[in-house]
Amino acid sequence: MIEFRNVTKVYEAGNRAIEGVSLHIDDGEFVFLVGPSGSGKSTIIKLLTAELEPTSGSIEVNGYKLETIKKRQIPYMRRTVGVIFQDFRLIENKSVFENIAYGMRIVGASSREITARVPYVLDLVGLENRGRRLPHELSGGEQQRVAIARALVNNPAMIVADEPTGNLDPQRSYEIMMLLESINALGTTVMVVTHEQELVNRFTKRVIAIKDGRVINDGMDGYYINEET
Amino acid sequence: MGYLFKEGVRNMYTHGFMSFAAVCVTVACLVIISSFSLLIYNLSIFVSDMEQQNRVLAYVEETYDTAEAKSVGSRINLLKNVREAVFISREEAGERFIRQEGGGEAYEGIDSSTFRDRFEITLEDNSKMDETVTALEQIQGVVKVRARSELAKGFTTIQKVLNLASAAIIVVLLVVSLFMISNTIKLAMYDRRDEIAIMKMIGATNRFIRFPYFVEGFVIGSISGAVAFFLEWGLYDFLDKRISEVQSLQLLKLVPFEQVLLLTAVTFGAVGLFVGVFGSVMSIRKFLDV
Ligand SMILES: Nc1ncnc2c1ncn2[C@@H]1O[C@H](COP(=O)(O)OP(=O)(O)OP(=O)(O)O)[C@@H](O)[C@H]1O
Ligand SMILES: [Mg+2]
Repeated sequence: MIEFRNVTKVYEAGNRAIEGVSLHIDDGEFVFLVGPSGSGKSTIIKLLTAELEPTSGSIEVNGYKLETIKKRQIPYMRRTVGVIFQDFRLIENKSVFENIAYGMRIVGASSREITARVPYVLDLVGLENRGRRLPHELSGGEQQRVAIARALVNNPAMIVADEPTGNLDPQRSYEIMMLLESINALGTTVMVVTHEQELVNRFTKRVIAIKDGRVINDGMDGYYINEET
Repeated sequence: MGYLFKEGVRNMYTHGFMSFAAVCVTVACLVIISSFSLLIYNLSIFVSDMEQQNRVLAYVEETYDTAEAKSVGSRINLLKNVREAVFISREEAGERFIRQEGGGEAYEGIDSSTFRDRFEITLEDNSKMDETVTALEQIQGVVKVRARSELAKGFTTIQKVLNLASAAIIVVLLVVSLFMISNTIKLAMYDRRDEIAIMKMIGATNRFIRFPYFVEGFVIGSISGAVAFFLEWGLYDFLDKRISEVQSLQLLKLVPFEQVLLLTAVTFGAVGLFVGVFGSVMSIRKFLDV
């Protein structure tokens, strides 16, 4: 569950990235967050992972109230949110298996649990025989699947993806979206940031559109609201 | 837990070059500082040896017989600043004089009665030579005291300058070393900031991220300390051998390394570990703040 109440973020440089944003995303939802470049989408993601603090307003993520959260608690909050980025962010000198296993090691999983769970999520994202490779030995689409597997491995309540298909061709992008949709079907909340209109329109999902840091549309009509309209 | 230990050691390999650089810089700093300290140490031993050669002579009343003269010695020994008072009879004094002057006929006829019984006194602290001389003059049976207090003052000054200069230079070297080492570690950490950011993002606690760095710092620190120690040992022995080969440098004999071995080993171990562990744990801090 994500709740933004009247959130404003002004960067140190004085840039007003988002202004008075309120939004609510329930458990189990699938949401697209769309908007032109510089509209404040990544800022919203960084706010909800506590990478940034809002200038004003309040944010709640999976039961954690971020304005009162203690620094020590932040890692535990982050474990409830699997994050995926455009540039994959895998640890370069660890194998695919170890990249995914790392997510489990930080929560103190035993090696038995790890050897049982990692192949399962690798299978889920369609990379059953890639475990021993290093990230740079995979294609972009495959690397993004590893990132998704890592995000999934601890069974988080929610997956948040910031332009997960930004570096992929349309076919690979579509496959990644299908994968995220199937993960959502298993009960995980999914929020996908994108500005790829066509891709969004191939699905019938809730779409939150922002522009210049404000929410300008939020609806189930499943269509990307273009700047012109 | 086992994972975190392995991870620390593995990190050293995967970031091999930076680990190597950190070891090299630490070793270089340790060797430079300790070489300098050992040099100073030997120099100050040399100076204080020379200083010890500067003895005070106290002449005994001519009319005293040997037994009486020796009792003067026990009174001399009561003085605080006296380390040792060696009795030299007039006969011995005469023989020594002749030996010093190279023998020869000119001295054949000299009778021991022209010499006086005397005490050759080594002081605890030569900088208090003047006071001690005054005290010696008060002692009954002592007729004359001969001391080279100008020389003693000269040595005291040399010691002071030596101590001050070495302290200053060691402090400078230490500061430079700390600066170099901390920069090397910062560079090594900078190399890994992306990795640390990723770990933070997926919810690793600071403790979990830090532990492998702690292990790594420990291992690198120990290796640096050990390498520096053996390097220093080798260097020192080499220098020692070279010096003892050269006749004219006989005076400058080095203290055998075995004598400072323990101190050097403990210092290197402690400094190596401190630098490694503290350095890596401290410099990771700012990258953890995301
Ligand atoms: N660290 C920062 N310091 C100052 N201003 C920033 C910072 N990060 C982003 N901004 C500004 O905040 C605004 C919103 O940026 P944000 O990254 O959220 O946009 P975005 O919607 O994710 O864009 P894109 O689609 O290009 O990724 C922009 O005007 C940007 O210039
Ligand atoms: Mg962005």
